[in-house]
Amino acid sequence: MNNFEILEYIAWAISFLLGLWMVVDLIRTNRAYSEEVLLSSREGDIDDALVIDPTHQGGHR
Amino acid sequence: MTQTTAVHGEKVSLLRVLGPGHVWALGVGIVLVGEYMGWNFAVGKGGALAALIACWVAGLLYTCVAMIDSEVTSTVAAAGGQYAQAKHIVGPLAAFNVGLFLVFAYTMLEAANAITLGYLVQTVGTMAGFEGVHDKPFIVLTIVFLAWLNYRGVYATLTFNLVITAIAFIAIVILFAAVRPWGNEVLKLDGLLNGLPYGWLGVVASIHFGLWYYLGIEGTCQAAEEVRSPPRSLPLGTMTGIITLLIAATMTWYICSGLMPWEYLGQAITPLFDAARLTDSTFLMVLLFVGTMFSTLASANGCINDASRAWFSMGRDHYLPVWFGAVHPKTRTPYRSIVFLVPVAVVFAYFAPLDQVITFSILSGLLGYTYMSFNVIMFRTKWPLGTIKRGYEHPFHPLPAIVLLALCAVTYFAVFLGYGTQLVAMMVFYIIASLWFAFHRYKFVRRGDQFTMAWPRPQGY
Repeated sequence: MNNFEILEYIAWAISFLLGLWMVVDLIRTNRAYSEEVLLSSREGDIDDALVIDPTHQGGHR
Repeated sequence: MTQTTAVHGEKVSLLRVLGPGHVWALGVGIVLVGEYMGWNFAVGKGGALAALIACWVAGLLYTCVAMIDSEVTSTVAAAGGQYAQAKHIVGPLAAFNVGLFLVFAYTMLEAANAITLGYLVQTVGTMAGFEGVHDKPFIVLTIVFLAWLNYRGVYATLTFNLVITAIAFIAIVILFAAVRPWGNEVLKLDGLLNGLPYGWLGVVASIHFGLWYYLGIEGTCQAAEEVRSPPRSLPLGTMTGIITLLIAATMTWYICSGLMPWEYLGQAITPLFDAARLTDSTFLMVLLFVGTMFSTLASANGCINDASRAWFSMGRDHYLPVWFGAVHPKTRTPYRSIVFLVPVAVVFAYFAPLDQVITFSILSGLLGYTYMSFNVIMFRTKWPLGTIKRGYEHPFHPLPAIVLLALCAVTYFAVFLGYGTQLVAMMVFYIIASLWFAFHRYKFVRRGDQFTMAWPRPQGY
């Protein structure tokens, strides 16, 4: 097995792990919250009160 | 129920954290790969001069697209972009079709980018002396990694795009300066340009690939529901994006046409990287290789963002199963749509030929541009200036819409010259999808709920 083949296996492994992570998180999220909450988004919502935990700015009002 | 994030009023929405720089990164990021590869097939169709004409004709087409989009999107600030616009301005069947155009244009482009990235890694492996190297692991890794990034949050995703797109653009500028464009020492345009070898028909045929210089700039609209200030950020990001691309496209043509004969340039896989190799500078070779990789990554990344928003917004309106209209309470992304589109992209990238995938993407985009010209005329007719607040008003209406429609007609003919069968097959696909929507799916659509804009009744109704 040459170095490039090892690289290929690493690529498959990372892809598998990331894919698995997304599927597991999707299932856990679906179970943790009601459909009513998950589907509560409305088109063009621009109410600043809905902006929770802005990741980087601590709010932008 | 274990709820780990506080949700105000038990309601979640997409996160509004993006600025004009992210909008620029989304639009230019999707497109810039077209400068690194693809545009040069226009040279093969009609010669280098034809490719320059195609560059500027397509530039005019996309300037019209950017102006029209800026006005309509700054007013209809909703995820789904042109889909949401069509829903409010034209009608449900048009919206459904536009939504499909968007999803297929971006998903196919994402698949094409993944194939290209896999090919580049495979080439590096072969050049390094390894035998039996495969591209498939890197194709799948590209799609899954970028989907994961998109799943984790829009801010990190588009900040990543901003950085790699800026590096890819700066690489072109550095190469342009390095070939000393003011003199004839490096560039040999005098000797290499040979007029129009296939006449004006070659010019028309080259327009098909001229679209590559700009294809995807309209993707800025998909960020509409996640920007902090839609009326400001969307026009600013979109217009600076098209200006960036006009500059990058012209510089790219000038560099490559001055370094390579048209017979080679017309079929090169990575023309800008080849141009860097011709300078004999290791620094430039590395820089342009990095630029090629980054531009491909940025394009795939932006495509995942845009396709998932279009799919999500169609689900939210019941145009597709409502299950897709969910927002992740922590990451605030349309997580189900992102995950659903991963296998779709992987299947196309894994099994479909690159040219077919690209043509499907171009034709879906072209159908979307055709719709835009009708859309903006209806928008101005139903809600004339002054009746609703607009973030941007595009000048010379209806001239840009008419120019856009005329250029789309020319481009259909150009595509028909090379890919007539695919054009017909794709039309049949969209007609069948429309019949499915009209006779089966439309009964699930909540007709009143989908109109969310606080606009007055349209003129004439």
